[in-house]
Amino acid sequence: MWPKEFDYVRASSVDDVIQQTTNGMDAKILAGGHSLLPAMKLRLSEPGKLIDISRLPDLKGISANGTLSIGALSTHAEIAASADVQQYCAALAGACGQVGDHQVRNFGTLGGNIAHADPASDPPTVLVAAGATIHIQGADGARSVSAEDFFVDLFTTDLQMGDVITRVEIPNLSGAKTAYVKMAHPASRYAIVGVAVVLQMNGSTCTSARVAVGGATARAMRSSGAESALTGSSLDDAALNAAAAAVQSDISEAVMGDVNYPDSYRQAMAGVYLKRAVKAAIG
Amino acid sequence: MATRMFGSAIKRREDPRLITGKAKYTDDIKLAGTLHMAVVRSPHAHAIVKNVDASAALAMEGVVAVYTGKDMNLPIPTGALIKDSGLVTPEHPSLAKEKVRYVGDGVAIVLAENRYIAQDAADAVRVTYDVLGAIVNPEEAVKDGAPQIHAEAPNNTAFRWIMGDKAASDKVFAEADVVVKERIVQQRLQPTTMEPRAALAQWNDATEELTLWVTTQNPHIHRVLLTGMLGVPEHKLRIIAPEVGGGFGAKIDLYPDEALACWATIQTGRPVKWAETRSENYLTMTHGRDHVEYVELAATKDGNVLGIRSLVYAGMGAYLTTFGAGIPTILHALIYCGVYTFSSAYADVIGAFTSTTPVEAYRGAGRPEATFLLERLMDKLADAVNQDPAEVRRKNLIPKFENGYTVPTGITYDSGDYEPALNKALAMAGYSDFRKEQAEARKNGKYLGVGVTTYTEICGLGPSEVNGAVGFQAGAWESSIIRMSPTGKAQVLLGISPHGQGGATSFAQIVNDALGIPMDDIEIVHGDTNTTPMGWGTYGSRNAAVAGAALAGAITKFKDKAKVMAAHMLEAAAEDIEYDSSGKLYVKGSPDNAKAIQEIVLMSHLGWNLPPGFEPSFEVSNFYNPPNYVYPFGAHIAIVEVDTETGAIELKRYIAVDDCGPQINPMIVAGQIHGGLVQGIGQALCEGAVYDSNGQLLTGSMMDYAVPRADMFPNFELDHTVTPSPHQPLGIKGVGETGTIASTPTVYNAVMDALKPLGVTQVDMPLSPARVWQAIQNAKN
Repeated sequence: MWPKEFDYVRASSVDDVIQQTTNGMDAKILAGGHSLLPAMKLRLSEPGKLIDISRLPDLKGISANGTLSIGALSTHAEIAASADVQQYCAALAGACGQVGDHQVRNFGTLGGNIAHADPASDPPTVLVAAGATIHIQGADGARSVSAEDFFVDLFTTDLQMGDVITRVEIPNLSGAKTAYVKMAHPASRYAIVGVAVVLQMNGSTCTSARVAVGGATARAMRSSGAESALTGSSLDDAALNAAAAAVQSDISEAVMGDVNYPDSYRQAMAGVYLKRAVKAAIG
Repeated sequence: MATRMFGSAIKRREDPRLITGKAKYTDDIKLAGTLHMAVVRSPHAHAIVKNVDASAALAMEGVVAVYTGKDMNLPIPTGALIKDSGLVTPEHPSLAKEKVRYVGDGVAIVLAENRYIAQDAADAVRVTYDVLGAIVNPEEAVKDGAPQIHAEAPNNTAFRWIMGDKAASDKVFAEADVVVKERIVQQRLQPTTMEPRAALAQWNDATEELTLWVTTQNPHIHRVLLTGMLGVPEHKLRIIAPEVGGGFGAKIDLYPDEALACWATIQTGRPVKWAETRSENYLTMTHGRDHVEYVELAATKDGNVLGIRSLVYAGMGAYLTTFGAGIPTILHALIYCGVYTFSSAYADVIGAFTSTTPVEAYRGAGRPEATFLLERLMDKLADAVNQDPAEVRRKNLIPKFENGYTVPTGITYDSGDYEPALNKALAMAGYSDFRKEQAEARKNGKYLGVGVTTYTEICGLGPSEVNGAVGFQAGAWESSIIRMSPTGKAQVLLGISPHGQGGATSFAQIVNDALGIPMDDIEIVHGDTNTTPMGWGTYGSRNAAVAGAALAGAITKFKDKAKVMAAHMLEAAAEDIEYDSSGKLYVKGSPDNAKAIQEIVLMSHLGWNLPPGFEPSFEVSNFYNPPNYVYPFGAHIAIVEVDTETGAIELKRYIAVDDCGPQINPMIVAGQIHGGLVQGIGQALCEGAVYDSNGQLLTGSMMDYAVPRADMFPNFELDHTVTPSPHQPLGIKGVGETGTIASTPTVYNAVMDALKPLGVTQVDMPLSPARVWQAIQNAKN
């Protein structure tokens, strides 16, 4: 609990952050600090400088105007409580409401969360299922990356040196049925497996489905097999069982277990939680 | 008085300061000029220490000194030298000399001007190791070919202790109609105290006195052990346990880090503070349980129990702790008969060194393991003879007794009346209706289960003669002084050291109830060897049971003394004086002409007119050596539902009927039971230390080690029966450990009951969803 010595600066603007992080090889961006500071206290991370972005107004705020735009500094608690998020993408509000505990949700930010890219974190799975876009400001200007491409591997993203996540954009899913469900690890409450679904419905028929799995894999990933199994179905038991089998098959190469929750279990639970996610979505 | 204070569920007096952050723990105490100590710890489970290079650390600004094991001779004593067990006690140096024996074993200490520098410098100490093979499983450790942890302990055998007559036991089993057996893994647990350990040591060069503030359950034991280690005479050693945030047995031990802080303050002449992180705490504070057991029960075809026997491999970790060897032996096997009419009991317990964190008492200490194996076997017996588990228990209960019942393990229970507790619990649970509900639910694919436990346990440690007979290098009596000030205020000085049990409240209730001194005028003082009388500390549910008895004796002396003074003031004979519960003393039949106790105390202090031979001031002391242990008992019932798709277990109801004799404060009793239940159910469902084969602790943080949480639990349904102990002056039996002792098998058996239709009969604890799910899959195939 005794981090190495580090410098601390409060950034004056996004450009300032880009400049400082590009120049300082061992600088880290501090937003809510709820992933970074624990790692520093354990000396797993020993940055020489922290650049505090937590007061930059450009990175704050949630707005819904055709699409949903969530500032990178929005806390999990703000997102969970946002009427706009609940309307545009209920699953994201639900996922953010399940991150950590009250303290973590009140300080931790969406931008920090996805930059850290913990494979067992909740929001990335929803962002992948929702087809979110990550907006990034970097030394070479602004760019955007789909959530699917943003999460590359374990704790690894598309972010380059000097990049700052500015906001996350999500299409208007208010007409869709969405849900995120997870099996929480009994100690950390991170996802042993988490499944997000976005279902477009026409009456009782599912016209399009997006399914993402997290927690069980190194990064949140889509299951095209499950999507196919659900699309065109009435989401009956046969379709759900087919989708569950498909998601298990889709993640079979990628599944990542540990001593207490092995591969086989996580793989099986991906199927179970897929069914539960669909049922939660169509309520 | 309308309401007696003894028996009142008043709020705990210590809680406001604890929950508002005003309480001072060891790490809150600041002394000018303090050096901060960080320990360089081994990253290997078993290795030769080839070289320690501290040059880079010593070159850092703010680093005062670095010491290694070669700079000192500070072996940690072992306190449980269990007799007739071939016990070996390899040296446990405070800092490793040639070898490290578990991940976290200390190699060097750094003393620096602040904690950050101390940690930076500890990281800069370069240690080179020759890594040796690790061994983490106690059953594997004693086999030929396992890595040898200590040269003095061939096959890593620390001891082998036998209870009972093997030939007689074998005969019972050979002739029995029914024998049921089980292999049980009592998984290793990591005690999780809210407050990690800390020590602040201050050497006073002028007076040659050493003061140690430390997170301990037993400051007087620390003083005895430290005087031998440090060479500081006992009367110059002062050990203070300030507020201590939980212990559960893990703060009994005198730890290397504590001794090192003392040694370092003498070396440097400056105060030395060490305060561990949670990661350090999980690596190096003692762990609990860690048995692999082969257990069997013999019975008649009608389900009447005959014999019980075990072969136990008990993990001791890398070194024997203060009481470690006493736990799987004395505190375990002696209670094998539980509440049942066995005619034979036998145990063969092998203590094994492993390259892991040392094992010590953890709430219940030996008795949860015994109760688990017994109750598991009782359920297996019920299955084998096709009888209801509750009824198999009922038919085997020892009948009611009020003053002594000797069981085949050789101990004599004090009092017991087991069936009313069982009946009460069954009625609360609606047991017979539940079986119908369960059958109905199974038709709908829902898997409900019920577990029933009837238990007794041995606590209130204990008769000192027994300690001597079995090899515990300590007494087990307790002490109490009631010291009155001239203005009539009471200080009650106790040799125990409560650290969360509510002693500041419950002991004051006893005094108020007996002596009529207002609660606000009573202070309970403990945890300082300079102010309190010698005593042996707080563990083994002994606060109320043993110190309460010492206090009861002091109260009798107090009353006798007050009566002598009152008789003198009232010109009467002492034997004619009545001491009423409001603190008034008067000649029997003449309450109008009374003297208040405060007035008597004042006159005793002034000494202007004392009765002949009366000692001035007003102070009484009492030292009490209990004639026997106490044996609380009860019946617990759990109802669970298993989600067979995921293996997740929902605890739907938990009923606990406990008998700890008369309750001083029912709210504190309930709190003790709640806490114990949570820890015991935590063992059943989620807690478990995991080492990999290299001896690395994989559950070294709260991200990985699953401490039970409030949302796992329904509201506990508690009730009690009251069966006084015949030998304890207040009738009290202990209650601090009953929750962990009874709850683990209750929940485990409930889960097995739920899974019975699926063909699952055994799953190792903790019953994590993954393990339960896997067991269901295995049973399908």
